[in-house]
Amino acid sequence: MSKLNTNSNTYIIIYSAVLVVIVAFLLAFVYQKLNPMQDANVALDKEKQILCSLNIRDLSDAEAHNMYDSLKIKIDSIGEGKDRKPYIYHFKVNGQMKYVFPMKGMGLWAGISGFIALNEDKNTVYGAYFDHESETAGLGAEIKDSKEWQEKFQGKKVFDDKGNIAIGVEKKVEDSKKAYEVDAVTGATLTSNGVRDMLRDGFKQYEKFLKEK
Amino acid sequence: MALFSKQNREVFTNPLNLDHPILGQVLGICSALAVTSQLKPAIVMGLAVTVITAFSNVIISIIRNTIPNRIRIVVQLVVVAALVTIVSQILKAFAYDVSVQLSVYVGLIITNCILMGRLEAFAMQNKPWPSFLDGVGNGLGYAMILVIVGAVREFLGRGTLLGFEILPKGFYEFGYQNNGMMTMPAMALILVGCVIWVHRAYFYKEK
Repeated sequence: MSKLNTNSNTYIIIYSAVLVVIVAFLLAFVYQKLNPMQDANVALDKEKQILCSLNIRDLSDAEAHNMYDSLKIKIDSIGEGKDRKPYIYHFKVNGQMKYVFPMKGMGLWAGISGFIALNEDKNTVYGAYFDHESETAGLGAEIKDSKEWQEKFQGKKVFDDKGNIAIGVEKKVEDSKKAYEVDAVTGATLTSNGVRDMLRDGFKQYEKFLKEK
Repeated sequence: MALFSKQNREVFTNPLNLDHPILGQVLGICSALAVTSQLKPAIVMGLAVTVITAFSNVIISIIRNTIPNRIRIVVQLVVVAALVTIVSQILKAFAYDVSVQLSVYVGLIITNCILMGRLEAFAMQNKPWPSFLDGVGNGLGYAMILVIVGAVREFLGRGTLLGFEILPKGFYEFGYQNNGMMTMPAMALILVGCVIWVHRAYFYKEK
């Protein structure tokens, strides 16, 4: 060992090649072994988020999974776009149909997403849940952390009398718009604007489905 | 050399007090600020860093005589990066909610100065066993601060510890309010400062 010249170019090249190959195999092996469990976690997390939008919170993992399966009627896709399909999740909660609409948008720093549940009339919000990638803790992150804020969406209408999408989030909600709009999170105007845009763009995608009664 | 000779014990205990990575050397505070708004992610982060420092120290120490001097930093990085990726994959598989909370900071352990610092300063010159002790000691020293700061921030900022309500409801009726400032990263810096102050004033002894 001591006779090896560890500073020769050949040695360095061989050494780094061998090292990288070993590490690559190791990582591929670990990834392969753990990937099914990770996928299951991601799927379960999504189910929990959807349950949150149906106002069913704080369940253990197993309970959440069973609850999700027992409420689910079907998953519809109305996608006409080329690369993504907006899904609509149909649920029956306490004997009433609820529709859950997944949405994606931009917050202040990165992506935000949400699930909005509507009542059978396809207009009244039953519940809402939002998630984010990296909004500011304590401010923008409140859209995910604050159950109280999410609950403010309950009972809001998506469409106004003329059939335009009116649901939104505003800093100052005028009296005439109280039926559609929610107060923005204090100190997180840009994230709140992101939620508003996400809701408006999101429901626009589903407009056709929402208007066929 | 015995497993727990005086020298080895010093290797382990020094980073907990005299050569403390955060308090003495002020290394690795970036992630210390980011993940300590609650106790649970702080504990997981502390454990992850401990495991990674310990094992990367051992691995580097075992192969230290074969590492070409010119690419030693690259070799160290590859070893650390591999370990960090493995730990992050394991977290995603077994502790998904924590891995979501820690988000990018698990990956950023790679850039934690404590790791590279220990590899370069200790593992490259020492045998595997002392290197392991050194890694565990430094990791625990780091974890200790994370846990202290995380506990204070979660308690004052949310009134909970590990997600359990600690303060009785009556407190809030008397007008007590959670300090929202505590959930902001800036408060972590101030708290770390306070911990360093207390440490210097009461625990630190010159060699």
